[in-house]
Amino acid sequence: MVWRVLLTVVVVIGSAFGAFYAWAWNSEIPPTNAPATLFDPGIVAKGAQLAAVGNCGICHTQAGAKPYAGGFPVQTPFGTIYGTNITPDPDTGIGSWSETAFRRALHEGVDRTGNHLYPAFPYDHFTHATDSDIGALYAFLMTREPVAKANRAPAVPFPLNVRLFAAGWKLLFLHKGQIPPDASKSAEWNRGAYLAESLGHCGACHTPRNVLGGEKRDGQFAGGQSEGWLAPALNAASPAPVSWTAEQVYAYLRNGFAKQHGLAAGPMQPVVRNLKKASDADLRAIATYVASFAGLQNDADREQETQKALDFARSRDSKVPMPPSGAITTSTRADAKPGRTNNDSAAPSGAVIFVGACASCHHSGGELPVSRPIELGLSTPVNAPDPAALLRIVLDGIHPSSGERGPIMPGFSRALTDPQITALVSHVRSQFSRQPAWPNIAAALTKVRQNKEPATEAP
Amino acid sequence: MTVLNVNGQQHRIDVDPRTPLLYVLRNELKLNAAKFGCGLGQCGACTVLVDHEPVFSCILPISVLEGRYIRTVEGLGSEGRPGPVQSAFIEEQAAQCGYCIPGMMMRAQGLLEHNASPSDAQIRDAMAPNLCRCGTQMRILRAVRRAAKAMMADAGTIQETAK
Amino acid sequence: MNAMPPLTRRLLLTTGGALVVSFALLPKLAALAQNVPKLPGDLDKTPMLDSWIAIDAQGRITVFAGKAELGQGIKTALIQCAAEEIEVDPAGITLITADTERTPNEGYTAGSHSMQDCGTAILNAAAQVRGILIELAATRLNLPAEQLKATQGTVVANDGRSVRYGELLTGQDLHRPAQPTSPLKDPKNFVVIGKPMQRVDIPGKLTGKPAYVQDMRPNGMLQARVVRPPSYGARLTQLDAGAVESMPGVVKVVRDGSFLAVAAQGEFQAIDAMEALSALAKWEQGPVLPEQATIYDTIRQLPSNDSTILDKGTPGQQGAHTMRATYHRPYQLHGSIGPSCALAIFEADKLTVWTHSQGVYPLRNALADMLHMPQQQVHCIHVEGSGCYGHNAADDVAADAALIARALPGRPIRVQWMREDEHGWEPFGPAMISQAAASLDADGKLIDWQYDVWSNTHSTRPEGPAGNLLAARYLAQPFAQPAPKPIPQPEGGGDRNAIPIYTVPNARVISHFIPQMPLRVSALRALGAYHNVFSIESFMDELAHAAGADPVEFRLRHLDDSRAHDVVTMAAKEFGWQPDAKLPRGHGRGFAFARYKNLAAYCALALELEVEHETGAVKLGRIVVAVDSGQAVNHDGIRNQIEGAIVQSASWTLYEEVTFGRDGITSRDWSSFPMMRFPAAPESIEVHVIDRPGEKFLGTGEAGQGPAAAAIANAIADATGARLRELPLTAARIKAAIGI
Ligand code: FES
Ligand code: FES
Repeated sequence: MVWRVLLTVVVVIGSAFGAFYAWAWNSEIPPTNAPATLFDPGIVAKGAQLAAVGNCGICHTQAGAKPYAGGFPVQTPFGTIYGTNITPDPDTGIGSWSETAFRRALHEGVDRTGNHLYPAFPYDHFTHATDSDIGALYAFLMTREPVAKANRAPAVPFPLNVRLFAAGWKLLFLHKGQIPPDASKSAEWNRGAYLAESLGHCGACHTPRNVLGGEKRDGQFAGGQSEGWLAPALNAASPAPVSWTAEQVYAYLRNGFAKQHGLAAGPMQPVVRNLKKASDADLRAIATYVASFAGLQNDADREQETQKALDFARSRDSKVPMPPSGAITTSTRADAKPGRTNNDSAAPSGAVIFVGACASCHHSGGELPVSRPIELGLSTPVNAPDPAALLRIVLDGIHPSSGERGPIMPGFSRALTDPQITALVSHVRSQFSRQPAWPNIAAALTKVRQNKEPATEAP
Repeated sequence: MTVLNVNGQQHRIDVDPRTPLLYVLRNELKLNAAKFGCGLGQCGACTVLVDHEPVFSCILPISVLEGRYIRTVEGLGSEGRPGPVQSAFIEEQAAQCGYCIPGMMMRAQGLLEHNASPSDAQIRDAMAPNLCRCGTQMRILRAVRRAAKAMMADAGTIQETAK
Repeated sequence: MNAMPPLTRRLLLTTGGALVVSFALLPKLAALAQNVPKLPGDLDKTPMLDSWIAIDAQGRITVFAGKAELGQGIKTALIQCAAEEIEVDPAGITLITADTERTPNEGYTAGSHSMQDCGTAILNAAAQVRGILIELAATRLNLPAEQLKATQGTVVANDGRSVRYGELLTGQDLHRPAQPTSPLKDPKNFVVIGKPMQRVDIPGKLTGKPAYVQDMRPNGMLQARVVRPPSYGARLTQLDAGAVESMPGVVKVVRDGSFLAVAAQGEFQAIDAMEALSALAKWEQGPVLPEQATIYDTIRQLPSNDSTILDKGTPGQQGAHTMRATYHRPYQLHGSIGPSCALAIFEADKLTVWTHSQGVYPLRNALADMLHMPQQQVHCIHVEGSGCYGHNAADDVAADAALIARALPGRPIRVQWMREDEHGWEPFGPAMISQAAASLDADGKLIDWQYDVWSNTHSTRPEGPAGNLLAARYLAQPFAQPAPKPIPQPEGGGDRNAIPIYTVPNARVISHFIPQMPLRVSALRALGAYHNVFSIESFMDELAHAAGADPVEFRLRHLDDSRAHDVVTMAAKEFGWQPDAKLPRGHGRGFAFARYKNLAAYCALALELEVEHETGAVKLGRIVVAVDSGQAVNHDGIRNQIEGAIVQSASWTLYEEVTFGRDGITSRDWSSFPMMRFPAAPESIEVHVIDRPGEKFLGTGEAGQGPAAAAIANAIADATGARLRELPLTAARIKAAIGI
């Protein structure tokens, strides 16, 4: 399907090639030398906050390597694209880019020498950023430590690797210009809309994309994908049992944790880490905007829904009682042969696995441990329309970055076999969610396992 | 009744199938090496190998282990005949209180079975799930490097003899 | 605590700096009055030789030590001392440690005293026993002692005749008082001391031999768990435990006031029951804790008992430069990897407890008090646990086990604390504040030094009265916690190492002891020295900077002690320290030095690190250390201790802080209280031991923590220009300090 459509696009583009080529051609902007000392510290500071909102550091930093020096693999349905070096190194970074060239890259998706950039760089969002914000971002990046690190060529198949192809994409999905403010909304909401839609590019993950990788304009925040994780819907379709409020979104963005929703996991973890440098006011604005998409807007309804969800979650005992076992006995035979386990060994019941593997943290008893996670009944992945996110968490776990305080969940990717994980996830769904059972967890698991497991830091 | 294959021996165990492996190893099978450290999968003191993969035995119910191949430090060697990883740890005197070390050795064993000559960074990453409060980390790293060398050398000798 | 200084110090040495002083005081006073010479090490407290060494008819040698193995390798070093002086192979020695019915009472295994007190005692006792053996052989062979030599368990005569030790004596013969001087060997002739010897305990621990109290499982043993209150002051108001008592495997729910526990057949059954019990228990919250955000202000505002511990010249001199700085250190955890555990059995009116406590005798006394039993009816036996790093929950869990055992007579009871218990209830290393001010003259010499330190006590060890045992405070008839006391100088508690080792003509140091304890605290490895060395050695760098001097040279400028000079010089040389070295951007190097307690081992270290500008994350590079522990018995043991101290301190220094809300402690596991993991461990640590044959043993276990903390802070300042004075030096704090 994807390829058929792509082919059509190729044909369309091919037929109009002459005119299109002329349109798509961009001139090189001459190299420049912008000495770091020229920047006003106030502007640099503003740029730092905007870089945090924009999360530039994530895609432009390789794990364990220097910040902003590029190399992070961005997985897209069309291939892997590596974040580029955006330190001010003149040869391998953007040290020779003038502010004009930088602004053109953000607004039009064209690099200094005139090449079209892949839309994995979300210029369809950045295009809405104001010139002065881009100037501040530029000042911030130009005052970073220059790192000489060559960029890695993207691993994208033909014909998508023809850079000009990106131009065709832009024709369809790049809508330049500022977003007009909504006079019916508060100043904070409008500020949030600006940040979330431009530099914040929330929709890049949380809005579904069409076959060409463009965001579906009619499905804003209806849920998307990121690095093999499900980016849940933020609108009324949100699977969270308790409706998000601005206060909760703010807490989540500020601390990576919201009382009634749990904690940031997967690709949202580094986002939250980055947002530490964003200002409180900006985070509150984004929260106000994002929460305005959430289901229930009426406080009384929300209160009622919340109570219902909480009551349900708390009524779900994590420990399904077992019949008392007989006397503890053991006997031993010395003829076992070492070897790998057959993956389709019979799976014990999910409830049994849950108690032994999960309940020491996800348990329902009293005050211990105090750092125990939220009730699973409130968890978004447990209540999501498909099991991908929950499977991803069960496989990989959750790991704070080194030396940082933050929940640790061990991954069970190798400890449990596929039938065991399937049984466990099925049990969790039926025990803790009011949503219908997931139909084919085993197939989903195979798919999630095939999706290259993201490189997570061990706990 | 759960049948567990531990260090090459079959054990028929009649305890609640939800019981995490750690407690069965320690109490029913009287194997001392795997230790209780947190019971939460945060410290690695309980690490054992299941099908060649290091796992936290404190959060793995025995019900999921039927027919799988479990190994503990007791399966690596004995005081009289320590295995290569144990010898390397002894030679490097890589222990202070020693409480974390069995878990460390199992994680190292798992690493070396997958990657015979890991880089320093790979060793550190692989060992990351395991905590040591005595600060024996530098010696543990040395011991893992030494074990890798010894195992490579052993493998070399075996190949030579096979020729 | 201003008794006669030599007396006080002597007694503190024997007790690990704790509060038993008064008990041991009386006989000692009498001894002093008669001018009896002091005996070496702990022979002074336990003078009969057969309390330390027994030789049976077969010549098998048993050595009794009141100190315990805590992972520091003490067993091996003690065996080396005994083997050297008795002239036997180390493998021929059986060592019995810390047991209230078998070994001398050496108080606590703490304060880096084991070698000083116990090692010295055994070394001398062994030498004296050898002397006795030679005398006995001389009589038997009718030869002058000069013609006899002890070797390999035998006394050999010049004429070729020989007698084995076993033939020479029965145990009875060693029941003699030790003498003040011993026929010690010339260190030149040592064959065991200072020679490589692998630790005796490592092979067993690495092959799954039962090695820890956690590994004990006598027949009929029950597994028990305790349900602790949600916070310090909470009281159990309501409990219907019927449902728990009928759970599979549950034998008994034990309740005494707010002390609540459950014993079961299986360990997982006990955990299950504990959780169920915890869900059923209703607690009434007690007084709230102070706000964490303003804890240092809170502590400063609490009443304090102030004492001037150094007053020299005329403090208050103004010089060319005057500098001031304030340093903070948060509450920090011992955080043993294995949570505390104990085994107890109550049988025929006698209580036996297997414990990893640092002090079996003091624990025995406190347990006897708690249970209203005569001390002789309580027997405490040390069995190793996970490393403790000071006063952790070892004694508390022993008390738990004793209480449960009393409720279930005849059954061995094993109590294992859960991770959350250990993190939440162990006594933390106290939060501390210090203020330093100093002046330099025009030549860059220190002319004035003023230093104030505020701290709670660093010892609430159980001693005599039961109130320092956690469970005792929650019983229906509760024991009050005894009033905390400071550990006096020269060892000090909060003011340990508060007196600078550097030469300054005018100086004043004031120790502000704060009795009121918002959080439960006690001895954490190095005690106040960790904070004071961090402060002083950070400040020395700041002063060196102000004086335009190289930090190493600036220290040497103010050091008179030649051994101090030697370690500083060696660390600098081995590191390749160059004044004004140019480092790549983001890289820094730091130096620090201290002599632990100004009495024990000397330790200097240099290190390099890198700070990531964008995040403030620190990556530790190469670390080079020089250490002087006096006569080095086991070089590798010293290196192991120092490496450990540095890695542990690096973790405290970069990451660690107990967190709490008004309702209780919130850092309850390794996710809420992160510590260093392998990827963040230093690139390398290289330890150079300066051996001092014939010199006194100097305790080493706590020598490295303070210098490591300061060297890290100094290197961060070097790398970034930002001086951080509040621990931990987290990435977030560093980033905030270096700015955008
Ligand atoms: S005891 Fe299993 S991870 Fe800590
Ligand atoms: S050696 Fe003690 S915890 Fe690692």
